[in-house]
Formats: sequence, C-alpha cells, structure tokens
Amino acid sequence: MSSWCQLGFQDAGSYFMEEFIYFHDFTMMIILGVLSYVVVFLVLGLLSGWVDSGFVEGQLIEFMWTIFPALILIQIAFPSLLLLYLIEDFSKSFLVCKVVGHQWYWSYEIKTESSEILASVDCYMLPREGAFGMRLLLTDEFLMLPINVPVRILVTSDDVIHSWTLPSLGIKGDAVPGRLNQLNVTLSRKAMFYGQCSEICGANHSFMPVMLMGVTSPQFFMWLDRL
Amino acid sequence: MSSGVEITRPEGAIPLAQKYSGLSEEEVKKRIIAYNPPADSRFPNQNQTKNCFQNYVDFQRCVRLRGEDYKPCQFFERNYKFLCPTGWIEKWDEQLENNTFPVKL
Repeated sequence: MSSWCQLGFQDAGSYFMEEFIYFHDFTMMIILGVLSYVVVFLVLGLLSGWVDSGFVEGQLIEFMWTIFPALILIQIAFPSLLLLYLIEDFSKSFLVCKVVGHQWYWSYEIKTESSEILASVDCYMLPREGAFGMRLLLTDEFLMLPINVPVRILVTSDDVIHSWTLPSLGIKGDAVPGRLNQLNVTLSRKAMFYGQCSEICGANHSFMPVMLMGVTSPQFFMWLDRL
Repeated sequence: MSSGVEITRPEGAIPLAQKYSGLSEEEVKKRIIAYNPPADSRFPNQNQTKNCFQNYVDFQRCVRLRGEDYKPCQFFERNYKFLCPTGWIEKWDEQLENNTFPVKL
C-alpha cells in the first residue's frame, strides 16, 4: 500500500510491475535530459539580449532537431511495445481466478483440478473501527494467490461497471457487466497487496477495496481447504 | 470457516493440502491446479466473453449430438466451467430449462 506523502510507485509485487517501473525510470531519465536541455537553452536565449535579424532557415540544425527527437522516440517505443505485447501473452497461465464486482464488494471464484473445488469468496470492507488504522483498505476476507504461478484473472461485474485494481501488481481491469476481461499476473513475492475500485459505481464506490495475499502453493491449497 | 467463503467439494474428495502434503513446493507446482483452458486463437484479446459462451454452447451441442457420456464433450465442459462466472452458468442453465436460451442448439 502507499504510505503518506509517497510520490513514487509502490514496491512491485509482480514481474510485470518491475518491468513497468524500469520502463518508467528509463523514460523519466530521457524526459529529464530533454527538459534540462530545453530549459537551459531557453533561459540562455532569453537572457542573451540577441535579436533575430532576418534569420530564415538553417538546414543542418533543422535536420538535427528532427532526427534526434525521432531517435529518442524510437528508443522509448521499443521497450514500450515489447512490454505491451508481453503483458498480453495469456498462453502460459496455470490458474484461473474469476473476479466479480458487485455493489459494493468484490467476490472471487477459483476452480481447481477439473471441477474438484469451487471456492467463492465475498470480500466486504471492514468498518473504520476494525481497520487497524488502514481505513478503506481492509476487507473481512481476502483473495490468496500462489506466487511464481502465472494466473489468469477474468474480471466481470454483476451490476454496474467497476474496476479491479492492484497498483503494486501493475494490473487494472474494468469489470463490465456482460463482459469478461482477461488480465495476466505472476506474483513475485509473499506479501499483502491492496487496491481500490477504480470506476465510479455508486454511493459506496470508495468503500470496496481489493485485498490480495501472495502465498506459497502449499499455503494456497491450505487456504482453499480452510485448514 | 468464515461466513464469506463457500467451498463445494464432491463427496470423497481428498483435501488438497493432505493430497499434496509431503511434496516440495516445486512438485506441488507441477501438479498444481493446472487446468487452464488452452489459448484459443479465435479469442486472442482481452475480451474473453465469447470464449466462455462459445465453450458453453459447444458443450450443449456436443451433448445433444453425442450423448452425455461422450468423453470429448468434457473438454468444452471444463473450459466453460473454468472461464464462466457461476452466475452466468446458472442463468444459462435456467434459460435452457425454460427454453429461452438465445442460441438454437
């Protein structure tokens, strides 16, 4: 979860989010470089006192300030498109988890081993008194998923449009009634991850959080068996 | 068991933790849950609604053509049970019973 006055991303909980953070850092370096360059020349130009005296063209400089930005953009585009297609690769999932949004709670359905178990969990937000200081984030039940296992998450809704979000995992999917949206995630560490509904859905839109715990595979089975 | 959780399990099923106790995490992972409806090139994108519905319809058609005991029909059955939310399945089953299912099977 975020802490007070946090400016950057939360610690990544999935491999994709790590890549998103690397890409963000890479792009931000380029942005800061370009910004510094532009600001320096802008300020120098304003303070120089020079006046334009009929200068109409400069073939070399115009060529340079077209080509270099294009090269920079190509450098940004490669990792961006790579990531974009990587996160859409759904062929390697091991586990299917269905997320259904309701007004105003989330429910999760997990089916295992060719119909052997169907687990359905309804997760309501804990009231302020029971939230141990983490108001608007805690739920009475939470979803557990095994780490290092590609999970296919199918998001839908029972009533109005919601959005299932976990910022630390880098996933967000609209829960649209009558539609199944597919997300792909592989948790990378054992931790508790928090999120909140991200599409206005009525009076209690701010009060339907998402809580997910990354656990080892045996612990996941134990959770399913409720031992 | 918490009131917010429902587990349905067929009679005689061994609890998974007991079934997998004594195995290392790697071995558990190999035998894991691991039924995942295979990637269907007809539905390559984020919207999997049709994937779920098509498998349901294909199962119903398969069973009507070949009978309930025809094993290959189970492929479609597994797929739709894994992909489709329970509410949708119940609604379609009810529509089938009432003869109001929107597709001609």
